[in-house]
Amino acid sequence: MIFVLFAISVIVFLIFNVIPNGSPALRICGKNCNAALLHQIKIDFGFNDPIYVQYFTMMKQIFTGTLVSYNSQLNVLDQIKQGIPITFSLCIGAVFIWMTFAVFLGYVSAIKPGSFRDRAITVVTAIGISMPSFFLGALLLYYLTSKTSIFPPGGYVGFLSNPLDWAYHLILPWFTLAFLFIGIYCRLLRSNMLDVMNEDYVRTARAKGLTERQVRIRHVLRNSMVPIVTLFGLDVGALIGGGAIIIEFVYNLPGVGDYAATSISNLDLPPIMAITLFGAFFIVLFNAFVDIAYAYLDPRVRLGESAEGAV
Amino acid sequence: MSPAPKLLEVDDLRVKFLTEDGMLTAVDGVSFELDTGEVLAIVGESGCGKSVTSQTMMGLTRSPNARIEGSVKYKSEELLDAPDEVLHRIRGEELAMIFQDPISALNPVYKVGAQIVEAIQAHEDVSDEIAKRRATELMAEVGIPDPARRVDEYPHEFSGGMRQRAMIAMALALEPNVLIADEPTTALDVTIQAQILRLLKRLNEDRGLAVIMVTHDLGVVADIADRVLVMYAGRVVESGSLDQIFYDPQHPYTWGLIGSITRLDRPPTHRLAQIKGQPPSLIGLPAGCHFRPRCPHAFDRCTEPPGLEVRGGGAGHEDRCWLSAEKKKTLRVVEGDIGLEAPAA
Repeated sequence: MIFVLFAISVIVFLIFNVIPNGSPALRICGKNCNAALLHQIKIDFGFNDPIYVQYFTMMKQIFTGTLVSYNSQLNVLDQIKQGIPITFSLCIGAVFIWMTFAVFLGYVSAIKPGSFRDRAITVVTAIGISMPSFFLGALLLYYLTSKTSIFPPGGYVGFLSNPLDWAYHLILPWFTLAFLFIGIYCRLLRSNMLDVMNEDYVRTARAKGLTERQVRIRHVLRNSMVPIVTLFGLDVGALIGGGAIIIEFVYNLPGVGDYAATSISNLDLPPIMAITLFGAFFIVLFNAFVDIAYAYLDPRVRLGESAEGAV
Repeated sequence: MSPAPKLLEVDDLRVKFLTEDGMLTAVDGVSFELDTGEVLAIVGESGCGKSVTSQTMMGLTRSPNARIEGSVKYKSEELLDAPDEVLHRIRGEELAMIFQDPISALNPVYKVGAQIVEAIQAHEDVSDEIAKRRATELMAEVGIPDPARRVDEYPHEFSGGMRQRAMIAMALALEPNVLIADEPTTALDVTIQAQILRLLKRLNEDRGLAVIMVTHDLGVVADIADRVLVMYAGRVVESGSLDQIFYDPQHPYTWGLIGSITRLDRPPTHRLAQIKGQPPSLIGLPAGCHFRPRCPHAFDRCTEPPGLEVRGGGAGHEDRCWLSAEKKKTLRVVEGDIGLEAPAA
């Protein structure tokens, strides 16, 4: 895990130094720049040091919490900390919505493939998969806030200050974010379930007299969830790590993704670096959760048990 | 009082599948009866319709393209168009089934004991502890060592033979009257096969469990069956008692099956006999006898469909072959005593 994070940080750092982004010192220097100021900035920020020294300086600053942005001179970790609750709120709600809908719709459409319900769900999920979230976000904002004022036009209200208002402000972002994932997960679950339905153990389950619903839930759905969990871990990790850039931007939520977007457009290395590591950390963390969940969902992958016991 | 109904009566069962290439006839008018405590073997090559027959009896042929006709009666209760509630009760409680490959027939994510408990609780409202105790007892009865520990293990921790025993334990959970065993020993080692067959035989004798044994292996049949149905291309081509089939086989296809058994009590021939050709496609079967294209003794009359009736055999020994009884005898004597027949030149 540590090695993964190290490798990611090195790669991001190198990429940033290779791309033609102009000198950060020049941008920090601003409009009224002169040679003396530029020289001073280069010394202050260590831009004259060898690249590996610059790398280690930055890593040290990240882990001591002293990293500051090139552009705004604000402490990067403080900025991320401010964004975390917003991004978490966005993700938790969206995850809840997308898993509920995806499992329900996937299950319903797998019951009778080719039926009207299945086709209707297929159309909706195809729209969800193919519609860009900024477009969906813009549509929802236009019709539900500008035209009818049912929902507020974005912004964030802290959960602790007013939970109802918190949810009210987040409903549109949740659904916008969830819509894509509902599509993907629903399709995936449907095809998994159709595969599993042909398994011999499903026939066994029917042969012992279980009802069709018991067969579907205990045997088909249960066994179809294993691949879903893999994808789920990766997606949630990426989202919490600032992956919901567009949604946060469209709905004016100053979360981690929004901070990442601003930093990238400013070619501001310190926040990019910190957010990348932050995101990578969550992806790796959720991968570990996935492994644990796997052992629960599929006993065959439990370590150390496979060899024992076979007679 | 009318005579007691048979335990299981299958009458003119037909199963067709609508495929892209046309109508596929998997089972073409199969009829048989099963008495309490009887062991009936259904024998035939892959694709002869024996598995489809057995699964259709349980209502497990579920393809939307399947067309099922005929009648399957359990204690005079029709099963083919029975409502789901009836099927759910009958399955497990009256008719139970075990399958060819026990590793894929058990759900890999549940403990073996839990899967037996599930079968019990699907039919009876009993507590988890009682159901689990019964599962443990059943596992002991089918010869799984250390059942108290094994009940909490997963299928992948069992060996092939133990898995099939666990399947049998699950099938016995509700004390059914009929066990349908669909190639129960095909995926197992020969030594394990014998153990499983002995187990089935013991259950048949101790519990009076009627068994329908579906297999392609006549050797398996010889050990335990009372009666044998030989199927070819969806039809029963010969039916009779075990002795009739083995010592007085009437149909050339049965001769071929018997001929391809390795005999240790006879001097080895230069090579093992085989039935020439492939099992036919079940789409657009030839009129007349389906075995005709592969039969070394086919003659003009074989283009007419032969009915299943007593021809050359003893009482209750039916077959579908136009050859006269004398001709059959001579042909069977040509090489070996039971109808080992070299293809006619």
